[in-house]
Amino acid sequence: MKAAIITFPGSNCDRDLAVAFEQAGAKVVRVWHKDTVLPAGTDVVGLPGGFSYGDYLRCGAIAARSPIGTAIAAHAKAGGYVLGICNGFQVLLEMGLLPGALLRNAGLKFLCKPVTLNVATTDSAFTSGYAQGAQIRIPIAHHDGNFTADAETVARLQGEGRVAFTYAENPNGSDGDIAGILSENRRVLGMMPHPERAMEAAHGSADGRALFAGLIGAFVPG
Amino acid sequence: MTDPALTPDLIAAHGLSPDEYDRILEIIGREPSFTELGIFSAMWNEHCSYKSSKKWLRTLPTSGPQVICGPGENAGVVDIGDGQAVIFKMESHNHPSYIEPYQGAATGVGGILRDVFTMGARPIAAMNSLSFGAPSHPKTPHLVSGVVEGVGGYGNCFGVPTVGGEVRFHPAYNGNCLVNAFAAGLADADKIFYSAASGVGMPVVYLGAKTGRDGVGGATMASAEFDDTIEEKRPTVQVGDPFTEKRLLEACLELMASGAVISIQDMGAAGLTCSAVEMGDKGGLGVKLQLSDVPQRETAMTAYEMMLSESQERMLMVLKPEMESEARAIFEKWDLDFAIVGETIAEDRFLILHGNDVMADLPLSKLSSSAPEYDRPWVETPPAGDLPDLPTIAPMDGLRALISAPSYAYKGWVWEQYDSQVMGDTVRTPGLGAGVVRVHGTTKALAFTSDVTPRYVRANPFEGGKQAVAEAYRNLTAVGAVPLATTDNLNFGNPEKPEIMGQFVGAIQGIGAACTALDMPIVSGNVSLYNETDGKPILPTPTIGAVGLIADIEQIIAGLPSEGDLALVIGETKGHLGQSALLAEAAGIEAGDAPYVDLDAERRNGDFLRANRALVTAATDLSDGGLALAAFEMAEAAGMGVTLESGDIGQLFGEDQARYLVAASFDQAEALMVAAGQAGVAIAMVGRFGGDTVSFGDDSAPMAELSTLYRSSFAKAIGAA
Repeated sequence: MKAAIITFPGSNCDRDLAVAFEQAGAKVVRVWHKDTVLPAGTDVVGLPGGFSYGDYLRCGAIAARSPIGTAIAAHAKAGGYVLGICNGFQVLLEMGLLPGALLRNAGLKFLCKPVTLNVATTDSAFTSGYAQGAQIRIPIAHHDGNFTADAETVARLQGEGRVAFTYAENPNGSDGDIAGILSENRRVLGMMPHPERAMEAAHGSADGRALFAGLIGAFVPG
Repeated sequence: MTDPALTPDLIAAHGLSPDEYDRILEIIGREPSFTELGIFSAMWNEHCSYKSSKKWLRTLPTSGPQVICGPGENAGVVDIGDGQAVIFKMESHNHPSYIEPYQGAATGVGGILRDVFTMGARPIAAMNSLSFGAPSHPKTPHLVSGVVEGVGGYGNCFGVPTVGGEVRFHPAYNGNCLVNAFAAGLADADKIFYSAASGVGMPVVYLGAKTGRDGVGGATMASAEFDDTIEEKRPTVQVGDPFTEKRLLEACLELMASGAVISIQDMGAAGLTCSAVEMGDKGGLGVKLQLSDVPQRETAMTAYEMMLSESQERMLMVLKPEMESEARAIFEKWDLDFAIVGETIAEDRFLILHGNDVMADLPLSKLSSSAPEYDRPWVETPPAGDLPDLPTIAPMDGLRALISAPSYAYKGWVWEQYDSQVMGDTVRTPGLGAGVVRVHGTTKALAFTSDVTPRYVRANPFEGGKQAVAEAYRNLTAVGAVPLATTDNLNFGNPEKPEIMGQFVGAIQGIGAACTALDMPIVSGNVSLYNETDGKPILPTPTIGAVGLIADIEQIIAGLPSEGDLALVIGETKGHLGQSALLAEAAGIEAGDAPYVDLDAERRNGDFLRANRALVTAATDLSDGGLALAAFEMAEAAGMGVTLESGDIGQLFGEDQARYLVAASFDQAEALMVAAGQAGVAIAMVGRFGGDTVSFGDDSAPMAELSTLYRSSFAKAIGAA
């Protein structure tokens, strides 16, 4: 499985995401945001955390209009997998690949700490490695993670089982305690918590591994 | 614009004494131009020249087999084996943070990160040592929230994990908070970049952000008659842009890897002036600059303004001329400015051209080597008096007083605002002792701590200086690390007062003695003097930042006590209460002498703990708050209670040095006590972890209640809850 990790100016979890994909057994190609095509044979696009374009204008807004954006949108529309973490989630919303918006945390402060997530659906490659309703420990680190959408959108996401993860204790004011959501075809996942920071005992939790393993499992021949 | 006449007032406003001005006349044999006056003022101020402190800094131990580069470069370089090096330094940004807390703290972080990556290292860890005034002081809440947000705002965006630090409160900082920022980076030991230029006719290249008027000549601003509109034009505090710094980091590391860089220096205080002089001086060369080629953010900037601007996120570099186009391409990729602004020359000249005009023409080597150096008069700090009669303090009241004081309460409010895990190698996040970061792609790890107990230093500068180093040594030891080296950030009041200079001298002597005894040489540092408001000095605060190596991550001591574990104290407890946190917080008494630091015992007990790490499940150093506070913190983190047998205030809250609290199973404890006997190390069984109650002798309280107090007090104290 080949993962293309995009680096925007200001991305700072691009290496971490590449390491996580490699640990899970993927072949990783790093892609510069000024490129206009994805590497041939890209299976998954990874949009990393960080502060693309310094969070100027709105988090993710400028990155969503980077030269590589068109290729990412085409990849998603063709049924390709996309994983956006933290700032990557913000970019996916700004690109219109997922619905809703991420506002400033309800407490108005940056928050970095491990949180407990509920696995809200196992019906996606990203979440297939977890048990339905399982609780996992994964860190958050963001200033703008307060997921907000109109009531109808939230109800639709919930009704269609497109909420991937919810917070056990809502840290940022997100509607419906939503921590991560899936696209209609369940192949685009945006989430605020950082599974790439929960890959091994040294991280204090290895609960993020199953996400990458599940994704790679979707590409096992046969 | 015509340059102003050099009146005695203008000279004084540049911080130059009449003697110093005479020295300038002597060196150049004529009256300086306005730009030249600015250059001398920048090079000869306390911050750049260390004129009051140099004599004493020379006495510090700075070498050892592990030291690759000691003080004098942008940061210290220390060998960590396998051809790798850790590069680190700590630096203050006190005055700007008091004026504008967010930007002051943010640019403090930005500056120290630049010091590290200028040397070719990728920053891997940051810490912050913060000192604020009384929580009840009207300015304190604003300063705390601004500084913490500024530290986080810069470091989080840049992408370096903040893994440790300190936050203290004391009325002596009411008019002068301290923000001491530490950064460490990682590089291959044979790929370190230095500032000395080499080769004549080599291009001098300007990199990074554009130059504006920010930070220009704080000294001249005091002179109102010089220009009535100056305040409108020139904000005194620089504004940071971590997004630019992140790109500057990536571009610099790419450029260094390309082999194009001969030497490089970041532009910090007095930007272009200090960086150009530094590169020329170290390389024994002259430098010619053409200011018309400097990328400028504002129009009609004068030579004086460009030479003294402190705009952030800028670098100066001497480049191999044949690699100019590769170098330019890298900076264009990251959308950063790249401009050739001058060249190295053979003569000993600092020649500044602006268009066709010569704005400065000075003997370069004299700018730093002929800087004044003072042997300031000093008096030894008088011995501390005895403790007064102490009021009776019930043990649990003592604990409550400590954990409800913001200096000792749980500080999640602070560190949760810092990204502590970016880069994916953080093994131990802030909260309990040293932070630990794995060396990427290896099984090695580095431990980081910053320590000082300012009350001790005020009472007894020599013992207080020793103690700051000893506590850092213990914090590193308590996570299983071998202490490697130290950076010192020396914050004091006005050195022209003999009693302040006496504190400085005493503290330096203490730091030196401890660094020698504990084999932790000083490899970098920073001095911040004149920390006074209305003649009232801060507590003398020589912050020690220290780095230790864990050769294999398996050897880390990072656990928490298990239910039923025994509590043991390594080291001797006498019950020293002078200058203790307990007396300060529970009784308002700041009196008596600082605890004596037995450096042999420190070494012996530290070596013992590292050698017997397999016999403990958890360890922490004992410092302010003594055994009682440490046992409470360890139990609280583990979500259980703790019972200490003694109800004696001295035994519980005494701050005797060279001690650790460890948790161990019964079998481990037995073996540990045997080993201690053989090693001649004092050890005592003092209690047991477990249950849901905290008991000190006959006094007890539910852990749940104490935990709530501990976790809510910080935000409450600064009015944020």
